[in-house]
Amino acid sequence: MVEFEPKIIGFLCNWCSYAGADLAGVSRIQYPSNIRVVRVMCSGRIDPIIPLEVFMHGADGVIVLGCHPGDCHYSEGNLYEERKIKMLKKLLALTGFEPDRLRLEWVSASEGQRFAEVVTEFTEQIKKLGPSPLSGKKPDDRILENLQAATNAASDFRLRVLVGGERELTEKCNVYEEKIPQEEFDSLLEEVVKAEYVRHKIHLLTRAQPLSVRALAGAVEMKPADVLDQIVAMRRRNMIALDHVEGTTPFYKALEVK
Amino acid sequence: MDEKVGAVLVVGGGVAGIQASLDLADSGFKVYLLDESTSIGGTMAQLDKTFPTNDCSMCILAPKLVTAGRHPNIQLITHSELEKVKGKAGNFQITILKHPRLVNVEKCTGCGLCAQNCPTEVPNEFDQNMSMRKAIYVPFPQAVPLKYAIDIENCIKCRLCERICPAKAVDFDQQPETVKINVGSIILAPGFEGFDCHLKTEYGYGRFLNVVSSIEFERMMNASGPFGGKIVRPFDGKIPRKIAFIQCVGSRDAQLGNNYCSAACCMYAIKEAVIVKEHSSNPLDCTIFYMDMRCYGKEFDAYYERAQGEWGIEFVRSRVASVTEDPSTGNLFLHYVEIEEPKEEEFDMVVLSVGMQPPKNVEKLAENLGIKLNKYRFCQTDTFSPLETSKPGIFVCGAFGGPKDIPESVAQASGAASKAMCIIATERGKLIAEKEFPPERDVSQEEPRIGVFVCRCGINIGSVVNVPKVVDYAKTLPNVVYAEENLYTCSQDAQKLVAEKIRQHNLNRVVVASCTPRTHEPLFRETVQEAGLNPYLFEMANIRDQCSWVHMHEHEKATEKAKDLVASMVAKARLLKPLKKPTIEVTPVGLVIGGGIAGMTAALELAKQGFEVHLVEKKKELGGHLLTMHYLFEKDDNPQEKLQAITKAVMENDKIHVYTGAEVVDVYGFVGNFKTRIKRQSGKEKEIDHGIVIVATGAVEYEPTEYLYGKDPRIMTQHELEEQIAKGEFKAKTVVVIQCVGARNEERPNCSRICCGQAMKNALKIKQVSPKTEVYVLYKDIRTYGFKEDYYREAATKGVLFVNYDDERKPRVVDEDGKLKVTFWEPVIKEEVEIGPDVVVLSAATLPNPDNKRIAEMLKVPLTKDGFFLEAHMKLRPVDFATDGVFLCGMAHWPKFIDESISQACAAAARAATILSKKTLDAEGTVAHIDEDLCIGCGVCISICPYKAIAKDENGLAKVNEVLCKGCGTCAASCPERAIMMHQFTDEQLIAQGIAVLRRATHG
Repeated sequence: MVEFEPKIIGFLCNWCSYAGADLAGVSRIQYPSNIRVVRVMCSGRIDPIIPLEVFMHGADGVIVLGCHPGDCHYSEGNLYEERKIKMLKKLLALTGFEPDRLRLEWVSASEGQRFAEVVTEFTEQIKKLGPSPLSGKKPDDRILENLQAATNAASDFRLRVLVGGERELTEKCNVYEEKIPQEEFDSLLEEVVKAEYVRHKIHLLTRAQPLSVRALAGAVEMKPADVLDQIVAMRRRNMIALDHVEGTTPFYKALEVK
Repeated sequence: MDEKVGAVLVVGGGVAGIQASLDLADSGFKVYLLDESTSIGGTMAQLDKTFPTNDCSMCILAPKLVTAGRHPNIQLITHSELEKVKGKAGNFQITILKHPRLVNVEKCTGCGLCAQNCPTEVPNEFDQNMSMRKAIYVPFPQAVPLKYAIDIENCIKCRLCERICPAKAVDFDQQPETVKINVGSIILAPGFEGFDCHLKTEYGYGRFLNVVSSIEFERMMNASGPFGGKIVRPFDGKIPRKIAFIQCVGSRDAQLGNNYCSAACCMYAIKEAVIVKEHSSNPLDCTIFYMDMRCYGKEFDAYYERAQGEWGIEFVRSRVASVTEDPSTGNLFLHYVEIEEPKEEEFDMVVLSVGMQPPKNVEKLAENLGIKLNKYRFCQTDTFSPLETSKPGIFVCGAFGGPKDIPESVAQASGAASKAMCIIATERGKLIAEKEFPPERDVSQEEPRIGVFVCRCGINIGSVVNVPKVVDYAKTLPNVVYAEENLYTCSQDAQKLVAEKIRQHNLNRVVVASCTPRTHEPLFRETVQEAGLNPYLFEMANIRDQCSWVHMHEHEKATEKAKDLVASMVAKARLLKPLKKPTIEVTPVGLVIGGGIAGMTAALELAKQGFEVHLVEKKKELGGHLLTMHYLFEKDDNPQEKLQAITKAVMENDKIHVYTGAEVVDVYGFVGNFKTRIKRQSGKEKEIDHGIVIVATGAVEYEPTEYLYGKDPRIMTQHELEEQIAKGEFKAKTVVVIQCVGARNEERPNCSRICCGQAMKNALKIKQVSPKTEVYVLYKDIRTYGFKEDYYREAATKGVLFVNYDDERKPRVVDEDGKLKVTFWEPVIKEEVEIGPDVVVLSAATLPNPDNKRIAEMLKVPLTKDGFFLEAHMKLRPVDFATDGVFLCGMAHWPKFIDESISQACAAAARAATILSKKTLDAEGTVAHIDEDLCIGCGVCISICPYKAIAKDENGLAKVNEVLCKGCGTCAASCPERAIMMHQFTDEQLIAQGIAVLRRATHG
């Protein structure tokens, strides 16, 4: 058996990390060849959708590298990215796809050695995790569907507005000139990540065919009462509608969202 | 030969020289940037981190190096020296001696094959001789120009490099060359030389291996330094557990002749201590031995506080007498006296904080140019002309004018650029060339037709990656219609070939697989433009730095990876769209807010450069802070006479419109196109159009609430004392001066910078008018940095008594039946002392102008916690705001002396000129675009954008000002509605790049 050679996608910011990778090159520092670098201007450019899409297509690992806090060429793009990756890890944890396949690190332009070390270490970690359940010819359908639900949740307004506004809310002030304590925000985010993920999961399931609360509860591993709560919220947002009733059991069908 | 010349010679390619060059080149002047080294970069390139932001030095410098290297108006003349200067301001004739590099820079591609194979190892100066380089070398990997040079003194002339250089660039027949150029003005930025620690024999440098200089320590800390960033002891390679930093090595040392303070060492020592602790995984103790901690700059004291609290750095107030070594362990013993008690302490390692000295061969330079040096052999300047040498048309910036840190050097550099521009303002734009390209082909209706060019980079890529296989593979990729390999795609003939192939095969997208886009993308973009393509229809795959160089022993894997990287870029190229570079018209008019010395200087500089200026002052009279100043350190200068002359020049200049008793009430618009309403006290309003804003709103003196101030006329501030002395009303037998009143306390943790200087000035004046008066100065640290240290020494010599106090034992001032009593702790005799002065003088803090908040809101620029204006970057953009077209100078930025305010004001004018000198501003095409059908006006992007490039339009929807957008794309990644597209880095393109690589994936 040939040794597993993972495919890792690295998103590197132009000013620090890409420069650090260049320095590793100029200094001829050797590291595993598994990483494929995609250059962006700022790590803050990496929309949560991007790692999710790449994972769905079978990437074994995704690493986002940015400037150290304080070094960002665009002042704070890296700090915004930190929030996004935090959310993304929470979201991945719900899907059955290992969140450890995603990592954010800081590498400066003078840290060629560190770049090589970070890449080596991450490659080792991915090798230990083994091939992605979504790589190869037979991807795990359940996890693929879960990641699709996660992608849809990460595309949706509610989660994005929270993550996009996190630093404003927790570090600066909201409109009432209040700062939200970080712990409070984190627990709110946790809740929203869970809710949005489940809603998009339900949405995907009911897109294929109308389903009952009980059937959905089984599929998403939740109590029927909790599923019903989500359906109520989803109806408000025009994500789902009652399709038909069989006996005493209503069946729901997804509505196409814009 | 009396015609003026629109070119400037800049001597010295450190950060100051580079900044001056960039400002001049961006304002329409030709620049010759001369450096003795084979690369520009100077001392800053050697530093690890920079205070107080702990930015990685190379990270912030490298982009400037690259920009200077590529700027069409800047000609680098490296490895050369100034030989002769003739002529006068406006037209100098310069002779330069170019030393032979023995490498043809036109041909050298910087591949490094020569150095890899060169058999001769030489101590590497860039690493302070702690590592080795080859006899053919570049000083550091990010060198600009990235061209090798042969160190003729060490080369054994085996000619191996000549034989293996694939570009045939090595040329042993090169001879010294004399170059003659004509320039209108000259800027001197030759920097400084570190003090030679050997001369301080008592510290054992050169004898004890574990005693190192601070610049050696910087290299040791650096990740690309000799030890990869891990600090180890030179004696035995062990990791130190206890490091001592000794301050003032070669500074404040009359015995060695350097009485001045080197101004930056206290801060860099703290930085080094903090960083080394931060990096150390083992427990590490750092102790700094100092005389006075001089943390006088912007937020420096806050940094000092953090070093003590957060990082646990120890500070000991003592001049170390000597260092001895235990030869068996290499450990070092510091002998010193602390509060009159002799002490000895053992350390693993000692770092000497070396001072700054004038650059080598400074006498020759001065003689060549006919300029005067001061007594310390730095360039002679004056308070009111800090950037001017003794010879008209020749200007100075950076450490050559006196020891200073990076932000001050950068500000001076821009300031000197302004001075240089003023002389040749009429010649702007005459000597610069603009490149013209053929009209752009419209490819919007065409299917992508991609050409792939794979570079062998000599053997750099070709010897590891199987290039023909990569070419064959590229041909199989969708939309690729042409692929080939080149020996050097970047060589001039290959560039022509690429352009030919574009036309021949009707290519509309180009991918080059070679090295890094960070250095080569601009070059290739020009190539595709020459073939009539939009420059954004180009992409690079980096198969050298990310492939052949880092997987040297895995040829097959490297080839597979190269294929992937090409596939990834082709996938992106298919989705590329031609982008337009947005342009906006510029109103060539400036607005200066504040009519103090900074504001007036900025206005005059702009006017001399030929721009119209509106100068708005809130008070009825111009002059600001300077109106209250009656004498200076320098005995002959009368500040009021100077002020009158400057005010007159402002009033009489017909390009300057002065509004006194007036305020700015509204500012609309953005860079190039501001509209501002000014309201006079009479109530009359006026609206003006302008292209830039300079904020020079000054600062105010703190009104003390402590030490009975305001309750007794015998207790006064420094300003009030000065007034009294000037009026001849001063009379006292004993005076007590208390420093840091209202500063360096809990409410205002930072130092007000100028009060120590003020105290010296006034103490010396008292001794002059009344030599018998006893003067006590109670201080926390005396911060007479730079040459001001001379006045401290003079005051001490004249009998002024200095007594140190700390926060635990502050002095007390009481009124006992009409008699003033001051009680303070005398640390030397360890007793409370009580004296009865006739006058108590308080050195009151300098506070931000209370108007700052209102002005900051109007201009949408930030303030610091203290309430001063906050610049774009504390190190490298000291007079810019992050918002384009808005600048700051003078005490609006931080308390400062007159010469510093003038330097900054000139700097702000130079930075402003880079905008005002252009008819239109061109921005990058890689900007964010908001789809108005999707935007709901939630405002997330507006709060995120660091450049205020996004604002709500009349419909309440977000709109990007393309000229302000810098293309980071954080808004696009954060938009809740996914309504923002980041051109050239769209979601679609980035995902396609990732997926293209995975399509080929096979496991097991």
